Amino acid sequence: MSNEDNKKVILKVYRTNYNKDDSPHYDKFEVPVKRWTTVLDALLHVKSYSDSSVGIRYSCRMASCGSCGMKINGRPSLACYTKISELKDDVVVCEPLPNFPRIRDLVSDFSQFFSHHKNMKPFIQNDKVSLDIDDKHDLVEFEQTHEDVDKYLQFSYCIRCGLCYSACPTVATDPKFPGPQALSQAYRYEADSRDDSKKTRFNIIDERHGIWRCHFAGSCSVVCPKGVDPALGIQLLKGHMLGLSKNNKKLSNLRTKNKE
Amino acid sequence: MGTVSNNKENNNINSGREGVRGWLNPTRYGWERVSYWLQRLTGLFLLVYFVGHVYETSSITNGIDAWNSMLELTQTIGGHIFLILVIGTSTFHTVNGIRLIFTESGKGLGKPGRPDYPYNPSSLNYIQKSGIWVALLLACIAMLYGGMVLFGEGG
Repeated sequence: MSNEDNKKVILKVYRTNYNKDDSPHYDKFEVPVKRWTTVLDALLHVKSYSDSSVGIRYSCRMASCGSCGMKINGRPSLACYTKISELKDDVVVCEPLPNFPRIRDLVSDFSQFFSHHKNMKPFIQNDKVSLDIDDKHDLVEFEQTHEDVDKYLQFSYCIRCGLCYSACPTVATDPKFPGPQALSQAYRYEADSRDDSKKTRFNIIDERHGIWRCHFAGSCSVVCPKGVDPALGIQLLKGHMLGLSKNNKKLSNLRTKNKE
Repeated sequence: MGTVSNNKENNNINSGREGVRGWLNPTRYGWERVSYWLQRLTGLFLLVYFVGHVYETSSITNGIDAWNSMLELTQTIGGHIFLILVIGTSTFHTVNGIRLIFTESGKGLGKPGRPDYPYNPSSLNYIQKSGIWVALLLACIAMLYGGMVLFGEGG
């Protein structure tokens, strides 16, 4: 058995319970780790063998659901996607995500974050198609080329984990700022050739606490675990709004039943 | 009284918002965050300088003696160091600001595409990093030249 197999790290977990007026403190746990042990594995080990009351939120364990976001050694990360061996530290500090209201231990409240996302009207809006369809025969398809899809696909990979929101220095000081996630979703629909509600979304984001408060710190793109690159979407959106960058968007045609 | 202030403190922590600490710490997020931090700090420094500069030049309205005594302040070692900092910060703020004008107009960022592991963001590409390094390099050269002029012969 190699030394690596016997390795142990100290897991320093932020603990508090605001419902019980419990003042914030850190609890330390010694956890055995392998080369492939993730921070989530280590936290689940703590819950199983040391303290079952540690509050964490998780689900898929494979960076698909975006539930286990937390600040790990000072940087917002997904616990299931962060291997302890890659942190190269014998002490792993787990704290709740910054810029999110805290509920208990490592669990944060995402209400405001989701509310910013909903404000962007994150769905296809097109005058040619009604949003209220009762009969499935009234459903329609749009024609899109691969190039059309490439313009927005990257931004549709967002899993709403909130890491970009917690890394953003503007969100840190302005709660009304929609944040990188919501703004990149505004670009996702702006770039989508099926969507024609450009004006509606521009009106939402072109205000005092809106898109112009982003000053390209790029931290959102650094921490994104899915390669969404919110900073890119936001800057491209600014360019479109200023009329400085080309937007060769041509609205998609509806696929007619005759063509099928 | 103590309970009230403790509750206030708890509410601040509970909101989780980092506040000014959020942008005062430039570490752990790469060079773009350092550039963001420097752009703000140099901006604040230049604002302070601008206010001081207006105060200094307005002293001429109080006569030539008041003007000369104000000028003497800049002829000290401390005054020279302050002016060198003004040269460095204004150079960095200008060059980095020009980079940001292009960046925030969507230029020099690359195109959206299908992301592949390990997901290197195209917006944080070599063009942006080079721009930051050029701004820092030019600020250093300008400070060096300013230092040579101010502390050199006749300075």
